[in-house]
Amino acid sequence: MSHRTSPVIPGFGLTLGYTISYLALIVLIPLGAMLIYSLQMTAEQWWSLISSRQVLFSLKLSFGTALFAALLNGVLGTVLAWVLVRYRFPGRRIIDAMVDMPFALPTAVAGIALTSLYAPNGLIGSLFPFKIAYTPLGITLALVFVTLPFVVRTLQPVLADIPKEIEEAATCLGARPLQVFRHVLLPSLLPAWVTGFALAFARGVGEYGSVVFIAGNIPLKTEILPLLIVSKLDQYDYKGATGIGVLMLAVSFVLLLLINLLQRRLQPQN
Amino acid sequence: MSIASATLAKDSAVRASVQRTPAALILIGLAWIIFAVVLLLPLYIVVTQGLQRGLDVFWNAISEPDAISALKLTLLATGISVPLNLVFGVAAAWCVTKFEFRGKSLLITLIDMPFSVSPVVAGLIYVLLFGSQGVFAPFLQAHDLQIVYAVPGIVLATIFVTFPFVARELIPLMEEQGTTEEEAARLLGANGWQMFWHVTLPNVKWALIYGVVLCTARAMGEFGAVSVVSGHIRGMTNTLPLHIEILYNEYNIVAAFSVAILLLAMALVILLLRQWSESRLSRSLVRDDE
Repeated sequence: MSHRTSPVIPGFGLTLGYTISYLALIVLIPLGAMLIYSLQMTAEQWWSLISSRQVLFSLKLSFGTALFAALLNGVLGTVLAWVLVRYRFPGRRIIDAMVDMPFALPTAVAGIALTSLYAPNGLIGSLFPFKIAYTPLGITLALVFVTLPFVVRTLQPVLADIPKEIEEAATCLGARPLQVFRHVLLPSLLPAWVTGFALAFARGVGEYGSVVFIAGNIPLKTEILPLLIVSKLDQYDYKGATGIGVLMLAVSFVLLLLINLLQRRLQPQN
Repeated sequence: MSIASATLAKDSAVRASVQRTPAALILIGLAWIIFAVVLLLPLYIVVTQGLQRGLDVFWNAISEPDAISALKLTLLATGISVPLNLVFGVAAAWCVTKFEFRGKSLLITLIDMPFSVSPVVAGLIYVLLFGSQGVFAPFLQAHDLQIVYAVPGIVLATIFVTFPFVARELIPLMEEQGTTEEEAARLLGANGWQMFWHVTLPNVKWALIYGVVLCTARAMGEFGAVSVVSGHIRGMTNTLPLHIEILYNEYNIVAAFSVAILLLAMALVILLLRQWSESRLSRSLVRDDE
């Protein structure tokens, strides 16, 4: 391994060695151990586990709710980011600071609060004739809360960087507001939007604490993928838990690569 | 009127007129509604549910022995994991931003890995290593050591989920700052540690604090990973978030929300600290630009 430019800067060996050792100890060896453990299963065993009715259902539920929540946040988050960047109005600073609340609030607290809110006798739940908590809709709403900051926080800096003059020029040249949005703003916002969407989706698929309360955990109705791992572990079905864990790990690794790729495409614009 | 002030006046007039368009007003109203329904209502629920039987009940719920021991364990896990990840974050940011080497982007991706792993999987990997069927089970049994379903497992899981926070805040900033100031310090005769304490650290101070704040928030609030490795033993391996779960599942709703108020207060402090460190960070960046 060679290192660049300034031979006067010390600490390359020390910091690289420390970084790799700590990374290996905490992250790589445990994750690797799970992969090795999963090899105790044959491919057919793994496949029959993944394609069992229960796992397939949870897979669809986790991906579906995470997808809907990310899409919903794609809209809500865009509105929030737009308003926070473009307008000055009373309460702007408070909203801006509170957008990070879902990151700072422990997920268990969010979970019980949202369950009370959307339960049939809750503040919002009682307003609707149909059940929200203990249904996929409730899971989606919990994920909306947890992943809202992702879209807002990835869009905000990009929006702030688009010079207003470009929009004004487009307007002067006769573009209508929707045309300005479609042809001027959208192309520059899209990479950031997709990044925020992917971050929200990745978090939503793996989310546990905020969902486990509102889901109600009814098998084949509201049992999410992470919960399936927990219930397999509770039954000492280590292989089953590992099989699902490997699947989730693969999904999150693919999403991570995608996000990194997108962020690299974002950088030249910043 | 000078040209400058005329354009300024026109500019602010344009901006004001833009702000008062119906579309702008609708969007601002919409943002307020999203804020109130999505972000504010859950917090309101926590406070009202926790205090519905009065302050005495609230106080009893947060001062009973199980709650206190949960608080202690939460603080212990946070107190161990945050300093460890802080040292790691600084070391990782240093080698990744000050040097060029092959495999660097892979290293950065791997550092980010714990963010995208489901917390439940994070707990699972430690159960597979140290659990009763785990790889190290014979060794641990021979030496009468307990890691999973005990305090060390909780600490390990907390370290895992908060692993990248500090590194992530430092890397972009140190990348931007480059190496010129450090080189100057070295050429002026500073040794490595002097350079680090007097040049690098002051430059990244606010990003470092910001990273530590985020790391602390997650460490105190982690649920999924800790839940998998804890075994839920009351008074022994219960952190505050797990304590909330137990109370809630026992239909002790008021007590669950009382403890939740404690964590909500913590979250608000975290947000204030975040706001403060971020404003200092952007101020120091502006100063650098001048």
